[in-house]
Formats: sequence, structure tokens, C-alpha cells
Amino acid sequence: MAERASTAAKESARVIRDLHARMVRIRLFETEAGKLMEAGKLPGFLHLYVGQEAVAAGVMAALRDDDQITSTHRGHGHAVAKGVGFREMYAELYGRVTGACLGRGGSMHINDVTLGMLGANGIVGAGIPIAVGAAFAARYKGEDSVAVTFFGDGATNIGSFHEAANMAAVLGLPVVFVCENNGYAEFTPQSRHMLLTDVADRAAAYGMPSVIVDGMDAVAVHRAAVDAVERARAGKGPMFIEAKTYRYYDHQGVKGLRHPYRSDEEVAEWKARDPIDLIETRAVADGTVTRAELDDVWQRTRDDIADAIAYAEASPLPDPADLLLNVYSG
Amino acid sequence: MTPMTSVTEAPAAAPDRTARKLTYVKAFNEGLAQAMREDENVFVAGEDVAGYGGVFRMFDNLLDEFGPRRMIDTPISEAALVGLGVGAAARGLRPVVDLMFMDFIGVCLDQIVNQAAKMKYMFGGAVSVPLTITTASGAGLGAAAQHSQSLEAWLAHVPGLKVVMPCDAYTAKGLTVSAIRDDNPVVVMLNKVLLGSTSEVPEEIYGIPLGRAHTARHGSDVTVVALGRMVGEALAAADELAGEGVEIEVIDPRTVQPLDTETLVASVRRTNRVLVVHEAVTFGGLGAEIAAHIQDEAFDHLDAPVLRIGAPFSPVPFSPVLEKAYVPDRARIAEGCRRLLERS
Repeated sequence: MAERASTAAKESARVIRDLHARMVRIRLFETEAGKLMEAGKLPGFLHLYVGQEAVAAGVMAALRDDDQITSTHRGHGHAVAKGVGFREMYAELYGRVTGACLGRGGSMHINDVTLGMLGANGIVGAGIPIAVGAAFAARYKGEDSVAVTFFGDGATNIGSFHEAANMAAVLGLPVVFVCENNGYAEFTPQSRHMLLTDVADRAAAYGMPSVIVDGMDAVAVHRAAVDAVERARAGKGPMFIEAKTYRYYDHQGVKGLRHPYRSDEEVAEWKARDPIDLIETRAVADGTVTRAELDDVWQRTRDDIADAIAYAEASPLPDPADLLLNVYSG
Repeated sequence: MTPMTSVTEAPAAAPDRTARKLTYVKAFNEGLAQAMREDENVFVAGEDVAGYGGVFRMFDNLLDEFGPRRMIDTPISEAALVGLGVGAAARGLRPVVDLMFMDFIGVCLDQIVNQAAKMKYMFGGAVSVPLTITTASGAGLGAAAQHSQSLEAWLAHVPGLKVVMPCDAYTAKGLTVSAIRDDNPVVVMLNKVLLGSTSEVPEEIYGIPLGRAHTARHGSDVTVVALGRMVGEALAAADELAGEGVEIEVIDPRTVQPLDTETLVASVRRTNRVLVVHEAVTFGGLGAEIAAHIQDEAFDHLDAPVLRIGAPFSPVPFSPVLEKAYVPDRARIAEGCRRLLERS
């Protein structure tokens, strides 16, 4: 059985500020992206990360720039938390040539390999073996970077998860498996897609230690991530973290479906434990930061977002004459 | 559209082909070993590739020379195996991952088709995926429907992939070396029946340019475009037809993606008749694609419709008598050429 992480005690002011800033950046990036989609300004799909911010922030604050991550279709939060710029992210959502993928990828393929962000991914579970490969490369080259792979509860039903978990374990690779259990595989609740209550129990099948954390508590996530990353970096092999969290918006887009698949009470219950409210309330109460400092973070982030959206809207569209660019190398 | 040819593959000078003879599988093994010596970033991963040397002896002795760091036995987990290759390639290594039988590709197609092939494009060019996938294809060994397929058409359909089909020991080595040196994902389709066949193979390392066809025999009456093992069958048919005063031109595309349509079309413009032969089922095969290119670019030069010879639309059968009826051979190729010459 997975170990259950204890409730977080007081964390340093530096870490609290870091976690908070990353979460605010994700929250505002996503809510603005949702508005732009509603306004008909963004083509394609949008899988918003709002509600799950504590996971990306908590894990990424435990990583170095040379540590690698693979992400999912719900990948904006991971990209923002790893440090990918708002400008190239919004420009990509707008399909502009200045975007993170030159307008060739869109929301589900945002990447920044200079920051170890090996891409969001449109295929559920597909990023998991790729992270195993990134970890393999690090060890092969004698580097001490680690790879972290993010995936949802639903992805643990796909073969590539099980293959990759076993492969990482048997090869002893520095991979941290982070399951963001938001309770739903698209619109199907966990109770109808697996018989387990704790996804972390699956790690035991591969001889991999696991821990379950409150995925709405960035400090708790961060501590678990620091432990798992340290362990991996020290050559002790992979570890599995299950973060219990929640998705405020639907699987895709902003508006709810006509057919309700979850109750208003359930949504309200989770929102009452909002990860940003939680860290702010706690930090102000114990004197770690002032309300004014927190407000300043929100304002500066809003300014960055306004700048990035203006940049994206002013950016040129890709030239159809260049459509074949980068199909092949060389 | 002209095919994309790799500019990094051509050897400085034409390799010396008057060297010793080697089997197809040993030539592959030698090319791989030389590529591993050439570049420290090349490693091999797959089922039974290290300790056992590969079920077809493709990786014999490589563990002894390169050790367990560069020769990695993996679980039977093809999706994770190819994914390991994709991730390692994106981080600057040059993985060679082995899928043993090509028929196993179905269990890892996502990593090949949606990840390896598309990563560079989707990422706006930020990464290259210099991944080589080796696999054994083809019928003729009584291996039946799940161990005998030639699935090049599946892969050639995917932008971002390259696919090579060595027809002899010489190309097995040179195309493998080029695949490893190439900055794109390349699938090397070795042919199981040919593993023990021999041809002259230079001792030094050499690459064969990807995307360039080879005219294996010059002739003026019919062009035969043959893939993989069918090159040898076509050459045998050409020998037979030469006795009847018919000169067959045999073209081996070597690479089916990118496909060197220029060489094929130029040949057809001279011979005015063309037959395409492959082991894969005819329907939706490379023959259809090649026929379409030829009618696009050389319609007025054709004295007869393009003739396709492939397998019937059936799984590969087990019983040797059925398998023999299934796989195209020299007799069917020769017969096809005669039919083409009867027209006009």
C-alpha cells in the first residue's frame, strides 16, 4: 500500500512564494485562455488545468531546468510551471508563427526543450514511456537530471503506463511518475474505470514505492516531489506520486455539458479547498507573506498576461508556403 | 512533388564492392557495430538483443564489445521500448530499437506514428528524433499470419517516417548505417528469408543514400520495380527473360519513404512498360502509389497499363503449399513481363 503523506507543516517563505507565484500564473493563464476560447479567438481544443495547480507547482518547484518532464493533453499548467513563456504559449494557442510550436502544434503540443519541457501530448499515456527514454538518456550521458512524467487517473488504464512503469523500475531509471488523480477519465468517474480507490496501489505491481498526497495542497505535493526527485537523482530508481486533485472545468473547453456527469455539490466541495486560497490563507495567517505581497503577484501576472495576449494577437500567422517545414530533419 | 533525399548520407566515394562476401545478417551486424564505434551515442535496446544476441543473431557479439550500457535487454513491452527510443532520441542519443518481428508493430504503433514521426513537426522543429527501428519482415518461413507480414505501406503513409527495405547483404549494411546516421526516425525492414543470403560487402563503414533508387539491372523492354526480397526474384526473372530476347530493367527503390519517383519515372519513359512487385498485399500497397506517380508523370509514355504483382488480399497462410502460392516469385514476375509485352 502507498504511504500517505502527512499534512504539511510550515514551509520556508521562499518556497511558499515560489509555489504561490507558479499557481497564480497557471490560474490566470488558463482562465484567460478560457475567455479567449469563449470569445471565438482560439481555434482547436482547450483542456484547462484550473483546480490542479498545486500539482504542477509543487512538482516543478522541486526540479532543475535540466530535469525533463512529459505532459498530457491538459498540459498548460505543466508548461507554465516549468517556465515556458506566456508569449509563446498564447501565440501558439492563437496559431501564430511566433508560438511555441511555430503554430504547428497548438495547445496539445506546447514544449520548450531548453527548459526540459518535452511536450504536452495528445495521446493519453504516450508521454510516460518518453519520460523513461529521457531518464535513460540522462543516465547514459552520466548526467544527474531526472525525468518526471505527468498523467491522469485515466491514463493508468492504458498499456503504455504499465509497460513504462515496469521498464523504468527494471532498468532502475530516474523517473518520477506523477498521477494527477482528478477523479475523472474525461467524463467517466474513477469508480467506473477502475476498482481501486488509490491509483498509487498500481505502483506496487512494479516494485515501485509510492506516496499519496493532497493534490490541493502545493506544499504537500512539493515535499513528496522533493523526496521522490532526490531519490531518483541518487540513483535509487523510480517512484510514484498520486496527487488527489480536481478539475474545475470540463474535460475540454469551458462550458458544461448538457448531460451532467458530476454534482454541483461535488464541485463546490472541491472548490472550497481551492489550492491557491489554501496557500494564501495559510501563509497570511502564519505571517509568511502579507496580503499586499500576494495581491502584487496577481497584478504582475495579469500584466504579463495582457502583454502576452497583445503579443500573440499582433503576431503574424504562419505562411502556408512553409507548411512542410520540419516534417523531416535535414 | 520530388522526393526528399537525405543530403547527409552519401559516402565521399563509391564504396569498393569487390570485397569479401558476407551474409545479410552478418552485414547488418557489422554495419551496426561500426556505427556504434563511430558514434558513442548509438545504443541498442530490445527483447533478447544483448544476452542472447537477437533471435535472428542480428546482434551477435555486440554485448561482448559494447557491454550492457549500450546493449540493453528490455521486457516484452514494445510501446515502452519505442517510447524509450523516442525520449532518448529527443535528448540527443541515437537509439536503435529492435522489434524482432514486424508484425509486432501493432502494439507500439502510437509511439512510432504519433510520437516519433510527428514530434519534430509538432514541436516547431525544436527537436529531432534520430531513432532507428529494426525489424524482421516477410513471408516464406512458415511463420504464418502474425510473423510474416510486410507492412511498409502502413509506415510509408506517415509523414515524418523513413522506411528502408534492404534486398541483399550490401544494402543491409549500408542502409542500416544510413538509418542510424539519419536525424529522422527510420524503420529498417530486414527480410527474414534473406538473412542467410550472401553478397559482396565492403569491410569499411559506408552509408547508402536514403531516398535514392538503385538500378539493379539495365534493360530496355520492361521496367520492374521490386521491393526488398522481390529484387532478387526480379533479377532471376530478368535472367530467364534474357534467354527469350527480352531485356528487363530492375529498379530497387531501397527506400520506400522517401520514394525516388524520379528514377522510376525516367526508366518508364525509356521502357514504356512497368511492373511493380512486392510481398505485401496488392491492395493499398506501394504498387498503387508507384502506379499513380507513373501515370501522373509518364502517362503518354505507357504502352500498357501499369501492372502490379503482390500478395492476394489474405493473411499470410501457414501451410507451405499455400504460402508458396501467396508470395510473388520469379515465375509470376516473368509471366507479368510477358503479358506487358503482348500488349501494344
